[in-house]
Amino acid sequence: MDSVESTMQSRQMPVVTGRTMHYKPLNLVRWVVWGLTVLLMAVLPLIFNGGFALTLMSQMGITIIFALSYNMLLGQTGMLSFGHAVYSGLGAFVAVHLLNKVGAGELWFPVSMLPLVGGLAGAFFGVLFGYVTTKKSGTTFAMITMGIGEMVFASSLMFPDFFGGEGGVSTNRMVGEPFLGITFGPARQVYYLIAAWCLVSMIAMYAWTQTPLGRIANAVRDNPERAEFVGYNTQRVRYLVLILSAFFAGIAGSLSCINFEIVSAENVSAVRSGGVLLAVFIGGAGVFFGPVIGAVVFVLFAVALSDLTKAWLLYLGLFFVVMVMFVPGGIASLLMMQVPLLARRQLGKMLPSYAVGAAAGLVLLSAIILTVELVYKVQVDSANGTAMSLLGIGFDAGTVAPWIVAAVLWAVGLVAWRAAGARVRAAWDKLHGEGKA
Amino acid sequence: MTDTTGIKAAAALELTDVRKKFGQTEIIRGVTLSIGKGERHALIGPNGAGKSTTFNLVSGRFAPTSGSVRLNGREIGGLEPFVINRMGLSRSFQITNIFHRLSVFENLRCAVLWALGYRYSFWHRLSALRDAKERADEVLELIGMHHRRDTQAGLLTYAEQRALEIGITIAGGADVILLDEPTAGMSRSESDHAVELIRKVTAGKTLVMVEHDMSVVFGLADRISVLVYGEVIATGTPEAIRNDRKVKEAYLGTTLEEAAEGAH
Amino acid sequence: MEFFIISLLNGISYGLLLFMLSSGLTLIFSMMGVLNFAHASFYMLGAYFAYTIASKVGFWPALVFAPLLVALAGALVERFGLRTVHRFGHVAELLFTFGLAYLIEEGVKLVWGLAAVPYRIPAELDGPLFTVFTSSFPKYRAFMMLVSLGMLVAIYLVLTRTRIGLVIQAALTHPEMVEALGHNVPRVFMMVFGGGAALAGLAGVIGGNAFITEPSMAAAVGSIVFVVAVVGGMGSLVGAFIASILIGVLQTFAVTLDASLAGLFGSLGLQVTDATPLRSLWQLTVAQVAPVLPYLLLVLMLIFRPRGLMGTREG
Repeated sequence: MDSVESTMQSRQMPVVTGRTMHYKPLNLVRWVVWGLTVLLMAVLPLIFNGGFALTLMSQMGITIIFALSYNMLLGQTGMLSFGHAVYSGLGAFVAVHLLNKVGAGELWFPVSMLPLVGGLAGAFFGVLFGYVTTKKSGTTFAMITMGIGEMVFASSLMFPDFFGGEGGVSTNRMVGEPFLGITFGPARQVYYLIAAWCLVSMIAMYAWTQTPLGRIANAVRDNPERAEFVGYNTQRVRYLVLILSAFFAGIAGSLSCINFEIVSAENVSAVRSGGVLLAVFIGGAGVFFGPVIGAVVFVLFAVALSDLTKAWLLYLGLFFVVMVMFVPGGIASLLMMQVPLLARRQLGKMLPSYAVGAAAGLVLLSAIILTVELVYKVQVDSANGTAMSLLGIGFDAGTVAPWIVAAVLWAVGLVAWRAAGARVRAAWDKLHGEGKA
Repeated sequence: MTDTTGIKAAAALELTDVRKKFGQTEIIRGVTLSIGKGERHALIGPNGAGKSTTFNLVSGRFAPTSGSVRLNGREIGGLEPFVINRMGLSRSFQITNIFHRLSVFENLRCAVLWALGYRYSFWHRLSALRDAKERADEVLELIGMHHRRDTQAGLLTYAEQRALEIGITIAGGADVILLDEPTAGMSRSESDHAVELIRKVTAGKTLVMVEHDMSVVFGLADRISVLVYGEVIATGTPEAIRNDRKVKEAYLGTTLEEAAEGAH
Repeated sequence: MEFFIISLLNGISYGLLLFMLSSGLTLIFSMMGVLNFAHASFYMLGAYFAYTIASKVGFWPALVFAPLLVALAGALVERFGLRTVHRFGHVAELLFTFGLAYLIEEGVKLVWGLAAVPYRIPAELDGPLFTVFTSSFPKYRAFMMLVSLGMLVAIYLVLTRTRIGLVIQAALTHPEMVEALGHNVPRVFMMVFGGGAALAGLAGVIGGNAFITEPSMAAAVGSIVFVVAVVGGMGSLVGAFIASILIGVLQTFAVTLDASLAGLFGSLGLQVTDATPLRSLWQLTVAQVAPVLPYLLLVLMLIFRPRGLMGTREG
């Protein structure tokens, strides 16, 4: 099958994975990005200290680990998996059973180290299932992962002792002696635990990309046949990568167990597996920090947006499809395209066109949102009448007026989008023509 | 098969009655060939003769239906490509087969990692591996691509990619090198350049080459084998092959005069 | 005995429905190399369109028009969606259909709501066709079998007896050559995609009221259809047929069997008690294991014979 990279190819800027950085500005960017990440993680909860913000950030931390682990397969090694939640979910189940045993006094184990156990459990299942799944590559591999994912999910009702039946397995994270006053009861303590593991995992997974296995994984992604002809058993490479990836997925799963204090069949579902695929793809699988962006965006959609509108999954789906069609390299690729401009201090020249594009995009976006919300109100939510409000503006979905507004927005948006697109393209070409001269 | 040289060096690569069937069609119909250590051997023949298939059989892409392929005396027929590669045989491809998202340097580094024994390590830092870096840089110099060290391989020109292709092939230090149409698609000057490169990088190694460009063949090869319809019809020095009647027939067909001559 | 016959017939009718779905999937994959994740979504659309049309003008017009609407939807998807993504490779096409499946499901929820809609079997087709002792075989199941078989025959005739069928067969394996011969291959692709969607839609029309019409129906049947397509061999209609019947019958029978390994041991004199290790494993009945069986089959097939029962291509 075509390797995944063909979908990820950034057309303007070579996305070179992991070469030793000689280009000074790029090197600086790398340090700035890492430093900023650590800073943000430490400081954000102090700024946004509401319960909702903490929930959001905790889930982002978990999803970042999960997404990065998934990208070890997708972006680094070219393996498209539809069943990655199996590893995070099974890791979560092992973690929850251990936690319950600790709570019952049968064992001693520090809660903060629980993710390690979850990680090892994930790796164990990676060894088990990975042996079967990595026998084949490409689309066949994708299909097997789907089959195994469905199999594990379907068997969750068959083994109620382990999977907890319909209700799942619940737990209490405030167990054992408090260490230095930390009980993991308050949400903020849980957040910092997640942030710590997230940082450690990010560093570990990044470091992995700079090892022989990491680089050979890239080679296997780009050209598996060639990798064989330089002495590497590509099947072994893929198997090893899967085990490592499953390890980190298990860490994410056990953090989820600590955070939500419940693990159910949903943790191994196709919905979870699909979700991480969406997140990684939207963020950009071709760059290391792409999945980080994707995870943040995904959690914003799933947790924040879902509070504002019931149609959030539709918006997410639309976003995903638009990305696949027009920006297959994800948000990260869009950002990376700006870096050489930034280096040459020419980014300013693009900003006017970008602003126009953003304005057109906003009009189109409002058209979409208005239409979706109107339809939703009328078709699904009409039990309470057809009055609704968006951005504080109240109107009645039963009348014609808002529909006409929507139609107008569509018309204006589409026209503006085309015009803005042409303008951005022209400005880009002009800049790059100049750059070459 | 006429062999007019009588070289009795130890065979680096030996094919004995190798046959390959695809379904019902026999593509390779009994190829017997012996290539000595350090020899430069060219495999030529009309299109569809089975030259690339022979390469694929030797390098492990396909398994022979019957017959034996021996590398330095050891049987390699039907083994996996990576096993054969680890035994000291490396090949290049007719259609450029590089790691297009990695830089030129990274391409070469990947080619040396196994040979240097780093295997599947995820506990070594790549940047700390001096021997890998030095070897990769060495090959980089050899193929004259130093100025493109950090360029993404997919963005190179065609000739540069072909040079990188050869670089990847020899970087691991294999002592039997198979080059599949290394100068395909090149201009005269590019080909001359490539020939010089090949001569340099395969010094002291055994080279087997599939080529269509006769000037390249006659310039490089010690011996030539001619493959027609899956069989070797002649093996010998360039001079002998040039004058071989069967070879001429295979390539050019007989003219009426020659046919008349033959009848006398 | 009568139970066996009825179950067999039920299994076959379910299998034929699966075949209608998987044949479209296989055709699309053979010709365009696209694994259409949204295929079951077209099945769902067929059911919903049929429900809406049927509630206005009746079942029989729905039987004709709903598949046509789905065909139109499929053609539009191909023309404006797949074609844009085509240049990024097969994986991008796969991801596009994956996202499309999400979109269609959400879109359906948006327009028709979250709950199942009351899409009913028409009165004239309701009721038993024949009764064997105490078990009856519903008229509607027979109707389903009739439609499926009729569709099968129609596809066969179109592919082998018409000119466009010949072009399609050729484009199945050599699209560039067919284009070089002057045929409008992109248009052929659009037709095949639309046709495959129509088949799925038709399956939805007749399956939606026999089973259930709700937003999760695509996901429920979608994975089984993939299993069928892969087990039968991607690219082989005959294989898809065999696999469909096999899995249809397997599923139908499995859910009725209450046998378990514990029962087997019991009849051999070994008792499985609460103290036995892995007790829950031995006490599992075949009926409980039934949902997993198709996937088990898929995984085993992919390991030992990845080209499926009759496939010519490996994924």
